[in-house]
Amino acid sequence: MSTQTRVGAFATEAPTAASDGAAARRAGVSPTRQKPFTPWLFLLPYLLLFTVFVIVPSVFGIWISLHEWDYTLPNKPFVGGENYVELFDPNSVNSGSFWTSMRATAIFTVFSVPLLLVLPLFVALLMNKSFPGRNFFRAVYFAPYVLGVAVVGLMWRYLLDNNIGLVNYYLGLFGLPDDTAWTTSVPAAWVALVGVTVWWTLGFNSVIYLAALQDIPAELYEAASVDGANSWQKFRNVTLPGLRPILTFVTINTLIASANMFGQSYIITQGAPGRETRTAIYQIAETGLRNFQMGDAAAMSYVLTFFLMVVSVIVFWLFREKKEKPMPQEPSAVQEGALR
Amino acid sequence: MTAIERVATPAAVTAVERQGDARTGRTPVWAIVLRYLLLAVLALLYISPIIFMLVTSFKTRADAAGIPPSWIPNPFTTQAYETILTASGTPVLIWFSNSLIAAVLHSALVVVTASLAAYPLARMRFRGRGLVFGIVIATLLIPPVILIIPNYLIVGNLGWLNSLVAIIIPTAASAFGVFFMRQFFLSLPAELEEAALIDGANRWSIFLRIILPLSKPAMATLALLAFLTNWNDFLWPVYVLFSADVQTLPAGLGTLQSANAVRYDLLMAGAVIASVPVLLLFVFLQRFIIEGVSRQGLKG
Repeated sequence: MSTQTRVGAFATEAPTAASDGAAARRAGVSPTRQKPFTPWLFLLPYLLLFTVFVIVPSVFGIWISLHEWDYTLPNKPFVGGENYVELFDPNSVNSGSFWTSMRATAIFTVFSVPLLLVLPLFVALLMNKSFPGRNFFRAVYFAPYVLGVAVVGLMWRYLLDNNIGLVNYYLGLFGLPDDTAWTTSVPAAWVALVGVTVWWTLGFNSVIYLAALQDIPAELYEAASVDGANSWQKFRNVTLPGLRPILTFVTINTLIASANMFGQSYIITQGAPGRETRTAIYQIAETGLRNFQMGDAAAMSYVLTFFLMVVSVIVFWLFREKKEKPMPQEPSAVQEGALR
Repeated sequence: MTAIERVATPAAVTAVERQGDARTGRTPVWAIVLRYLLLAVLALLYISPIIFMLVTSFKTRADAAGIPPSWIPNPFTTQAYETILTASGTPVLIWFSNSLIAAVLHSALVVVTASLAAYPLARMRFRGRGLVFGIVIATLLIPPVILIIPNYLIVGNLGWLNSLVAIIIPTAASAFGVFFMRQFFLSLPAELEEAALIDGANRWSIFLRIILPLSKPAMATLALLAFLTNWNDFLWPVYVLFSADVQTLPAGLGTLQSANAVRYDLLMAGAVIASVPVLLLFVFLQRFIIEGVSRQGLKG
């Protein structure tokens, strides 16, 4: 909302600026009206990159997916929808491994997204009030995010090593099984991959939540206190509605990130056992960029995207729906705050 | 006057008191203790793996594989670093400089193109402004996976495969960057430019002399985020850079891992080398980074 307010404010100012310019011109001050192509000159470098590496590929990908496109072969025969049909034909070469990888991505997403929505919110709530050391803790939880997936992956590959890893060693000290094959067996590998991802990106979502929490006006809590609301009621009726717009963003963002999980699997499990933890994007990259079956890989990427879009639409719909239902009383003030 | 004051003062006081209740509150001692306890346990879970990585990088091969794992290298040695820095198949120093060159150039490209593009979108009136901005923002929703295959072919046609250019340029069209800079420009007072326009300055000199100097903090934040993203990017470099001497550090760490399977002393030394620059940046410029990330949320 604040953005729109700002845009609105600007829009009302702009005509004044323009008429000022006109007035200046009439008054004989040297004319400074922008030439019509000036904005486009500013935009040119960005739009060039944007067109070549974002717009063209998003369309070119569809074209590739309609061909038997092998990078290493001179002929790229047009095959229509065959690459897509093959993915749904259990007897074709790529179908089995593709759906195994789609299942891997689904498993990972289903378990990581809820944790990455709830745990960071909990951490952000712990840090919402001002107290000594808050910035230190926030920085500590955020730090892994700047390390990147390769470092985080290698580090945890070591910590999770079946034989000499720290994780199994400490589990043993607490009398728990100390021989779990975290990187080579399921479901342990899923626990490991989800756990490492939560460890890695918890701080990122926490920081976003924290910023949103700080933006909820204190008066709303004040008003709730006056009405005799307890902590839970304040959370339910002030905090959650205040977070709703950001929640849509965090959910979609986390969903896309989880559905594109690659590095953790590549480094920690290398897809093991078998190819059970090889994710869809991993399979797509291997099919297209190692085996150079680019038509098939492109088709796979659109199928994955289709699923992602369906899930995203459901998420948008869910969050939109909630707007109507809650809080029969005292809605206006809270809603105002929620729409920031 | 006095009557108003008398009425106003108590109300103001209660408002302050209430605000105190709502925000900082009279938190009971047990709650404060519990909060610090939870935060400290969590902090331990975050700091200890990083410390252990550092410790292991100074261990011998046998020590790194020892049971029980120890928190103090015995003996303390820089052998792992010497080994990976001199091994010919894993040129860590070259990876390091590749990463640095790529991340710096990429970050500069992002800041320059995004700032230039954001300025007319924030401040000029022209046909197609809404459309351009709408399309740019819409691409934030394109899952990156559909760009991989076609971009590989485009980069191939440009002759950039297996070269650092492939890491620097194709990912530089940052929709977030445009959004971020535009938001910042919108927050600057319009009067500054109006005065300059009346004085006869053109758009370019206004942009260079007035807008950019005021935008240093935003540009620094965007530069940092772009640097970090590029430094840590993994999938794209793994597939686009295939010879050892053109790889960036993350892709190189993958190579290091396949070359040294369970030589954790070596792997941790490599990981430490890749971590040091970003951790230093984070320690000193934390405020900008966290500020920039919290802004990402605002695009929702």
